[in-house]
Amino acid sequence: MEKRVVITGLGAITPVGIGKENFYNALLAGQSGIGPITRFDASDYATRIAGEVKDFDITLYGVDKKEARRMDRSVEFAIGAAVLAADDAKLALDEEDLDRCGTVVGTGIGGIDSIHEVYETLFEKGPGRVSPFAVPMMIANMTSARVSIRLGLKGPVITDVTACTSGTNAIGDAFRIIQRGDADIMFAGGTEAAVSPAAVAGFAAMKAMSTRNDEPTKASRPFDRDRDGFVMGEGAGIVVLEELEHAKKRGAHIYAEVVGYGTNGDAYHITAPAPGGVQARKCMELAIKDAGIDPKDVNYINAHGTSTGLNDKNETLAIKELFGDHAKNIAVNSTKSMTGHLLGAAGAIETIVMAMAIDTGKVHPTINCDNPDEGLDLDYVREGARDLQVNCALSNSFGFGGHNGTLCVRRYED
Amino acid sequence: MNTFDKVKAIVVEQLGVDEAEVTIDSTFIDDLGADSLDIVELIMAFEEEFNVEIPDDVAEKIKTVKDTVEYIDSAQ
Repeated sequence: MEKRVVITGLGAITPVGIGKENFYNALLAGQSGIGPITRFDASDYATRIAGEVKDFDITLYGVDKKEARRMDRSVEFAIGAAVLAADDAKLALDEEDLDRCGTVVGTGIGGIDSIHEVYETLFEKGPGRVSPFAVPMMIANMTSARVSIRLGLKGPVITDVTACTSGTNAIGDAFRIIQRGDADIMFAGGTEAAVSPAAVAGFAAMKAMSTRNDEPTKASRPFDRDRDGFVMGEGAGIVVLEELEHAKKRGAHIYAEVVGYGTNGDAYHITAPAPGGVQARKCMELAIKDAGIDPKDVNYINAHGTSTGLNDKNETLAIKELFGDHAKNIAVNSTKSMTGHLLGAAGAIETIVMAMAIDTGKVHPTINCDNPDEGLDLDYVREGARDLQVNCALSNSFGFGGHNGTLCVRRYED
Repeated sequence: MNTFDKVKAIVVEQLGVDEAEVTIDSTFIDDLGADSLDIVELIMAFEEEFNVEIPDDVAEKIKTVKDTVEYIDSAQ
C-alpha cells in the first residue's frame, strides 16, 4: 500500500524574508521584496530590478568560510533552507536511519555566478588559473549533493532541472519516493541564484521581464492589465517531507499532507506555453485525480502567476476550464507578486506558502493586481490578506520547454 | 613581509585556518586539513602571489610550509 506523506518542516530563504515566519508575515502584509539590482552593475540592462535575498550569511548554517568560498550562491541558499527546515521539523538526524533520508533539490540554472567567474578567470588569466573547484561550483547537482553532505543524508540524492518547474518537480519526485517506500524523510525543494549578468541579459532579450525599473515594488503585477513581464527573484525553499507513521511516532508537527502530484509536457515551444493552457489544465487534473479528491474540495490555488502576458491568461483559462462554476469560489493568489519569480525555487517556496496557509488559516494577497485584465476574473485575493480555512490547495508551476507541475496539498486529518 | 609570512597569509586565507596553526613545519594535509583539491588551489595561489611557475613534479613534492618557502626562495 502507498505510504502517506506529510510536511513537517519548512525552510525559506526569500527576497521578503528568511525563515517561515518572516517569509509568511511579509506576504500577509503585502510587502514587496523587489528593488534595484545590487549583485552587479546593471545600468546597461533593459531590466535593472530583481528580488534579491538580503542579509544572508551562510556561516550561520554550519558552513565554514573556507567551504563557503567553494560554493555557488545557489548552493548556499539550498543549504540554508535545508538547515532551517531540519530545525523547524525538530529532527534529530543523528537518531535517524540516514540511508532512508534523502533530498531532491531543483534548480533552473545551477551555478551561473560561478560559471561567470570561471570564464572571467579563463579569459583574463588563461586555463592554468582555473580553480580545481570550478566544476563542483558550476554543476547544478551540487545543490542536492551539498545538502546531503551538510546533513548526512544517504538515501536518494537527486537534482531536478526543469526550468521554473524544478522546485515543484523536486517535491513531487520526493513525494513519490516516500510514497513507494524508498525513504522515510526527504528534504525537497528548489534553489536559484540567477541575478547574474548572463541570465538577466538573456531573459531581458526575450522581453520576458518587466522593465518597470522606476517602480520596482509595482513591477510584478500578476493578472493585472498593465503587467509587462516577470521580475526575477532569488532564494530557496526546502520542505521536510515525511512518511506519516514516522512523523507520528516522533510527535512531529504536521503542517499538511501531500496528497497529489501531476506533471506533464506541452510538446509545443521552447518558451511559449501551449495555447489555451490545455496542458496546464490536464496537469492540474492529474494532481486532483492522483489525490483522489473532488475538484470542489479545492478552495485555494497558489498560481504560477508570473506577471507575463501569456502565463496569466493561460493559467486563468486552465483553471476556469477545469473547475467550471466552482472556479469563482477558489482563492487564487500569486506569491510572485511580492517575491518575484524564483525560477527553479518558485514551486518550492510556494509549497511552503500552501503549508503556511493551511497551518495559519490565512492566505496572502496578490499585490499590484489593480485592474484585472480582460477575461481574468478569478478571485485573486486583491484586497489584502484573508482568513480562510484552506482544505485542499493546489500549486502550479510551468517552465520553459513546456514543463508543467502541480502539487495538491490537504489539511491533515488522521 | 618575508616569504614565510606571505605563504602563511595565503594558507590562512585558502584553508580557513587560524594564523597560530600555521608554523614553518606544518604539513598541509595532516596538520592543516587540506585535501588534494585544496593543494592544487594553494599551489596556484602561490604561483600568482610570487609570480613563479611551480611545475607539477615539484608541486607533488611540496608537502609543508617549509617546502613551499624553500622552493619559492630558490626560484625567485
